[in-house]
Formats: sequence, structure tokens, C-alpha cells
Amino acid sequence: MADQYRSIRVTVNGQEYCRQVEPRKLLSDFLRDDLELKGTHVGCEHGICGACTVLFNGQTARSCLLFAIQADGAQIKTVEGLATNGELHPVQQGFWDNHGLQCGFCTPGFLLTACELLERNPDPTEEEVRVGLSGNMCRCTGYKQIVDSVMDAAEKIRAQK
Amino acid sequence: MVVAPPETKKKKKEAQKAKTYVGQPVKRREDPRLLTGRGTFVDDISVPNMLYAAILRSPRAHARIVSIDTSKALNHPNVVTVLTGAEVGEQSLPFPVGVVASFKYYSAAVNKVRYVGEPVAVVVASDRYVAEDALELIEVEYDPLPPVVKPEDALDPAAAILHEELGNNIGCHRLLDYGEVDKAFEEADLTLKERFVFPRYSSLPLETYAVISDFDSVTGVITVHSNFMGPFSMHAVTARALNIDENMLRFIVPSDIGGSFGIKSSIYPYIVLISLAAKKAGRPVKWIEDRQEHLMASSCQTDRVAYREVAVKNDGTLLGIKSKVIENVGAYLRAPEPACTFRPIGNFVGPYKVRNVRLDAYDVMTNKCPTGPNRGYGCQQIYFEQERMMDHIAEELDLDPLEVRRRNLIAAEDIPYTTPMGGIYDSGDYQKGFDLVVEMSQYESLKKQRDEAQSEGRLVGIGIATGIDPSVSNMGYITVALPPEVRSKPGYLPKSGSAESATIQMNQRGKVSVKMGTTPQGQGHETVVSQIVADELGITPEEVMVIDEFDTATHGWSISSGTYASRFSSVGTSAAALAARKLKKKIVHLAAALLSVPEEDLIIEDGTVVSQSNPEKKITVKRVAGTAHWNLELLPDDIEAGLQARAVFRFPSNVAPDAQDRVNSSNTYGFMAEICVVEVDRDSGEVKILDWFSVHDAGTIINPMLMEGQIYGGALHGIAGALYEELTYDDDGQMLAGNFMQYVCPTAVEAPKLNIGHICSPSPLTTLGSKGAGESSSETAPAAVAGAVADALRPLGVNINELPLNPKRVWSLIHEGPPENNQ
Repeated sequence: MADQYRSIRVTVNGQEYCRQVEPRKLLSDFLRDDLELKGTHVGCEHGICGACTVLFNGQTARSCLLFAIQADGAQIKTVEGLATNGELHPVQQGFWDNHGLQCGFCTPGFLLTACELLERNPDPTEEEVRVGLSGNMCRCTGYKQIVDSVMDAAEKIRAQK
Repeated sequence: MVVAPPETKKKKKEAQKAKTYVGQPVKRREDPRLLTGRGTFVDDISVPNMLYAAILRSPRAHARIVSIDTSKALNHPNVVTVLTGAEVGEQSLPFPVGVVASFKYYSAAVNKVRYVGEPVAVVVASDRYVAEDALELIEVEYDPLPPVVKPEDALDPAAAILHEELGNNIGCHRLLDYGEVDKAFEEADLTLKERFVFPRYSSLPLETYAVISDFDSVTGVITVHSNFMGPFSMHAVTARALNIDENMLRFIVPSDIGGSFGIKSSIYPYIVLISLAAKKAGRPVKWIEDRQEHLMASSCQTDRVAYREVAVKNDGTLLGIKSKVIENVGAYLRAPEPACTFRPIGNFVGPYKVRNVRLDAYDVMTNKCPTGPNRGYGCQQIYFEQERMMDHIAEELDLDPLEVRRRNLIAAEDIPYTTPMGGIYDSGDYQKGFDLVVEMSQYESLKKQRDEAQSEGRLVGIGIATGIDPSVSNMGYITVALPPEVRSKPGYLPKSGSAESATIQMNQRGKVSVKMGTTPQGQGHETVVSQIVADELGITPEEVMVIDEFDTATHGWSISSGTYASRFSSVGTSAAALAARKLKKKIVHLAAALLSVPEEDLIIEDGTVVSQSNPEKKITVKRVAGTAHWNLELLPDDIEAGLQARAVFRFPSNVAPDAQDRVNSSNTYGFMAEICVVEVDRDSGEVKILDWFSVHDAGTIINPMLMEGQIYGGALHGIAGALYEELTYDDDGQMLAGNFMQYVCPTAVEAPKLNIGHICSPSPLTTLGSKGAGESSSETAPAAVAGAVADALRPLGVNINELPLNPKRVWSLIHEGPPENNQ
């Protein structure tokens, strides 16, 4: 059924990939199964839990609600692309320092959401962080330490500048 | 704000000096892999030649299967095979379960469906997309039957019967009687009776069920990768259903599980189903549950109706309790059920002195999803009923609800305390814990603020709840489901106890590895074990490698292994500490031989074994280790080559239930007390939490940062069950909460901040004095929220005996009054 496949070219974490994909293949499945980037997790497949969040041309998007072919020509960042040269991104470091994760399944989505949030608002209030994260579900932490993590990450990023 | 432990920074400094890590907020070693997308969850694993499964599920609650036609699906390109329920009936045995009632539960519907979502057939195909396509090609003809949905309806003689061979819908019934209940009610100044309804909800892990099964046709061994975290007594149940010897069934659990909260202990029917599919396909099969499947057909806690009657003195002293409970275990009473009823038996009375209790307990089967353990397992229901009743007593006697509770608390000098049902509270000071939460909340001032708000017409209320948090189940408790005459039959094997093991090894260069089998789901076991072992051996946590993947074929384990019932911080930590002590003893023993000095003269200091009487005589631990591995010639006869130790920890006080059905159902018992303040929006019915104070006694705290995370997580699960989450069904048994828009989970916006306080009554039973903490507030939060909403709505004459208090229900209570007999 090769005639059903489409050719796409997509840049993920700075690396360009050319792949043949079925038009119906979800971007989340493409990232996980075709590119072997297992860091993107799938929690609900209907766009609510936010675990599969990636940065799509710089903006957060739910990879379970996109088809891989929609990513043709796009720049994508996943959790695997956050650390540079083995050094954690300040948001990752914030989560580590503040116990912002327990099972870690929702974490990639929270990290990428937090990156976008802090990009837009480098000095958020706690309330703004809570609202900013309200599209992501966590079942382990009760959110308090996640909010602490993002507030701490904001401080870390501001200190770098 | 975390009130205590207050001296964390100071402690940290002292620790650096004394080199102790237990009690410190050591950062988690699990995090770097999870933060960079390098964890290993089951769906990240592939095995060679793997196929994918999708499950066809019943759209009906109760129906006979007239026919199944799989031919079109089989002809679909890239479909390898289809397994039907009828084949499941032929190729597997019904799951065993510990009740007298006889009925058959298989991993798929054999000739009748009994709940929406019950597996009917499995398609195995080249990928998941194709497998799901083929589901639509299977034609099933159903002959509908009337459904039974509500727990009390299941007892109606006119109700439809789910399992004809049983003749009714009662999976288990026990009448348990402790003390002198009738006398207590005769002596009472006041008796009260209320009806309570507790809803179905699930603490619902974000990672769904995941199974890879591989049948080896040469050896007959079935190897299963799954996110099953125990209890591994279900390994035996699974092997029985597959009709193979237990050593032919290998369970492998990866290092990372995306949450469980008890829910994943009910995955085993799917392990059987996917194993049968793999056997038929002749290739390994992977199945990843989707969210809708999870919500309708994985597991959840029971919904239940309870009638509770209390006998009280005019001073508020609780003399006796009569409780009739009807637990809805869903379509099949599935092991470990009916543990929902019996797990909290030892702590049924909570922190209260009452000695006379009668419990008339039914576990009924209805056309809903089968139930299983969920964070707090059985306790939130009991404490909801208990604590609401305390409020009713206070109201009736015109006493402060705080005072009624205080007067009934078990005194510190009476601990260890044996409850009327046989629970042995190992340590605690409930008055002290209660005083702390009152002090933290400034209760008197809170009351003034509430009164002022109410005088302004605002609906503000205060809720109080307290409870005992049981951890580490004694396997014997479940056998209370059987009448004593069954348990006393010759040939019956009594059940008791709980054990955990740890294996530790020091390599030839003195580096340490610890192997645990505790299958964590985010609790940070690797970090905690590294702290404990570092302290025991006088090294740093960074020097300790901890392996917490699990494999039944290569790990030492036993029936009670796994992570459930808050076991790890009691049994897991104890086993790790004991293994390290054994290893240390071996090091010293060998050093004594090598140095020719008595063992008692030796201490380990800074990585060196030194003689205290003659400090010249010393040898590095590294050299001792090198000798133990490389130079066996120097080893005395009584020393094994290599340096390893295995410790199995078990509790001394675990016995099977006695003839009066008394049992110490758990091993360590923590304490928690909550005070919360809520405001109800009169126009929308929305409940907002304004303040929350939560005090815990979990004995020794090993890592306060992790402890805080556990308390927050548990509290939010309880709050979510009280305010938002419900697995709803309509009267036809149709599931109404199949996605996250209908099953509403709290986000960061709804989650409250907690003011947490600790007291510490170390357990005399565990090696480090620690107890469980992960379930505590999940058990008391629903009662606290309900009490607060009731207090807020008291001016309107509204009673709260039912959850969840979602805007719809609260609005109706405010504007329409209580519904008629709403289950």
C-alpha cells in the first residue's frame, strides 16, 4: 500500500528527517515509533492531558491531535531537545531541584509548556503559572511542586540574562 | 508552606558533618533520565517480531452473545489472527478469588457481556492502526438483558442476575460483630442513623495499561513485560488462569511506570488475554490501552451505599457503631476484591476509642466495570461515613465538632493499642497531632472568620477529618471474607504476613549495587534506598547503584512483593537497611580475619576498617572487597567468596484472622488530621477551597521532599473524588465518563496549597521507624471537604451524605433540596 504513503521532511531537535508516512499517522506515533523519540508520551489521545505536548514551530502543540503529514516542513522540539551538550535546560533543572515530577510520564509535556510560558512571560506570578499550566494534567504531584519548579526556572532563566 | 520538619537546613548541615542522609531532602536520582526523555516505560519497549493488539469491547451493559463473526476481520490485510471470548473460555481457566460464592470470571466475555467495555474479542495485526480498523469488521449479535447498576438494586430479589450459577448478585457477605454492640445501644443517650453514598472514582494514572506478551512454543514459558506493580499474589492468579505452572510465567517490569495508585494491580486479566492472543498468533503481541478503554474497563474503587448507626453518650462519647455497607464491585468480584471491605478492618474505628462495632458487609455485583485497589483502598469510604457522623453527633449534641472528635481519641499512653477488630496501632500520639492541626489552623479564629463571612451571606464552612493510615497489608486480612468455619477446615492454608527483600553487592573495587523488587511508580525508591544504604555503610548516596527493575525469573520475591498498601517505606526500607547491615557485618568479619583482630574491635571510618585499640591496624574497605573477590586463598572457611547479602524483612505481628474475625490487617499505622475551609458559590454551586491544614504522623521521615510530594498527591486525589471526578453510568449501565471532558480531573488551577505539619512517632516495628505516607490524605480529604461544604450550607438546612460535590449536585442541593433516594 505504498501508494498511500506521503513523503515528509521535518526537523526535530535540529535534525532533519525525511520519511514516508501514512496520511493518518499521528504526529505522536511518528515521533515515537518512526523516529524512536520515546520521550514524548501519550496519555489520552484526545488532546486533554497535554503529556504529548511538543513545540511546533516554536509554539506548543498536542502531537496526538496532529497528523505527521501536517508537520511537513515544520520545526519541532521534543523533550529530547531541551538539554544542550549534556547540560539541563533551566526548566529541567527547576523540576529536578524542586521535585517537580514523580512518575515522570506527564513531565515532557509540562517542560515544553513551561518553556513557552516563560518565553512569553519571563517573570510570572504563581497564579499565572497555574493558569499557564492548566492544559496539562499531572496525577502524582498535586501540582504544588510543579508550580514551584516553574517559578524557580523563571528565576534561573532571568539570572542567566 | 511546610511547617515541619522545621529545621531542614540545620539538619542538612548536621548531616554533612555526621554524613547521614536519612531525613534529608536528597534530590532524586530518577529525575535526570525522566527529564530528558530517557525513561523506560513499557510502551518504549519493543521485542523482535512483535505484533499489536486491539480489543473489541461490549457496547452493552448486560447481554447474551448470540453470535460473533470474525471472518471479515480475518480477511483484512495485515491481520494475523482474531481471538474470541469463546476461545478464551476454552483456553484458560476462570480467575480464582477468595470468596465462597461461585461464579466464573474470564479475561473476556465467554457467552455473555456484563459491563460496557468488557472484552469480547482481540484482533492481532501488524500495527495498532490496522488492528483497530479490523475491530470494526467483527460482527457481534447481542440479545440484551436488563441491567443492574446501583448497589442496593443488586440486592433486590427482583433484580436481574449477572451470574446465573450464583442465583443472586452477592459476591460476598459477612456479618462481623465485635464487642457488645446491643448493650452499647441500650446504654446510649442518643442514637443516630444516616445513609451515605460514596461514588466511583479512580486515582487514574496518566500512563494507561501496557502489556507485551511472548509465548515461547519450545519451552512453554510466557514472558510478559507490563506496568504491573504487584501485588505479586496476582502472579499466582494469572498463572492459574493461564493453566501453567508459576515458574513458566515470567513477569518483567521496567524501571519506569507512569503512576498506578493501586489501579494497575488490576491489569492481570489483560495479561492473560494478551498472552492467549500471543499464543494464538505465535508471535509476541503488544497492547497499549487507550484512555477510553482505561476509563470504562480497567479498574476503579467501589461505589457504595452505607447505613451507619451510632450510639452516643450526651458528652459525645461514641459507644457503638452499626454499619451496613453495600459495596459495588462491578460485574465480577475480582481478586484482590473484596479487599475493599476488609483491607481497613483493623483500622475501621480510626483513631477513636469505640469498642463495639457491628459490620454487615455486602459486596454485590452489578453491570459496571470490576473494581480493585485505588489509593486509600477502602479507607476513604469508611472515614467519610465516620467523620460525617461525628459532625452529625456534634450538631445533635450542640458540641464543637472538634471537641467531639477530641473526646473520643485513643490516648497516647494506650499505644500500642489493639482495636476491637484486631488492628494493632504500633505508635502514635493522636492528641498531639490533633493539637498541632488546631494550632496551625488557628481554629478559633477560623471560626470567627467563618461566622463573619456567613453573616455577610457568604457560604463559608470549616471541615474536619481525622483518620488512621494503614500501611503494609497483612495478607491474612483478605481471608476475613471467608467465614471462620471455612478457615478452620482441615487442608485450608491460612494466610498471613508481608515480606520484602533486598539484595546488595559490593564489587571488587568497593562499589555498591542494591537490587530491589519494589516496582515503584514514581515514588523515588531508588533515591530513598541510596540514602539508607549510604548511611548504613558510611558512604555517599552517589556511590550506591540501585536497580529497581523487576523480573520474577531473576529477583528474589514472594507473594506479597510489589508496591501497594504504602508498603515501601515500611518493608522496602527495612529490607534495604538490613541487607546493608548484613553486608557491613561481612566486611568487618573478613577484615578481622585479614588483620587478625577481634571483630568487636573494628569500626568502619572513611572507607577504612580500623582497629579501635590499635589504629595502626587498618585496611581499606576497597582492599577487603578486592580480597573477597580476587584472592580467595585468604578467606576463612566461614566466609563466602564475593561480598553480597540478601535480607528479607517481615513483620512479627502478622497472624491469620482468629475465630472471632479479628485481624491485624496492616502493620504500621500512621495518623492524619485535616482542617479545611471552603466557600460555596451560591449561583454556580462551585466549591472553592480557601485554606487547608494537614498534619501527618508517618514515623521517621526518610526524605521530606518526597514526603511532601506524596502528601500533596494523595490529598488531591481525595479532593478530586470529593469535588470533581466520578465514573458515572446511566440507568442502562451505559458508561458516561469515557474521556477527560466527562471525567473531570483537577489541574494546577483547582489544586489547593496545603499547610502541612508533621509529628513523628517512629514505628517500633520497622528498621528505621518509618511508615507509609502516600495514601494518608487521600483517605481523609473527601470527609474533610464534605464536612466543610455541609458546614457552609448548614444555614440552608442542607445535609451532605453523598459525593461528589460537583457544581451540579451542590447547586441542586442549594436550590432544589436533597434528591429522592439518589444512589
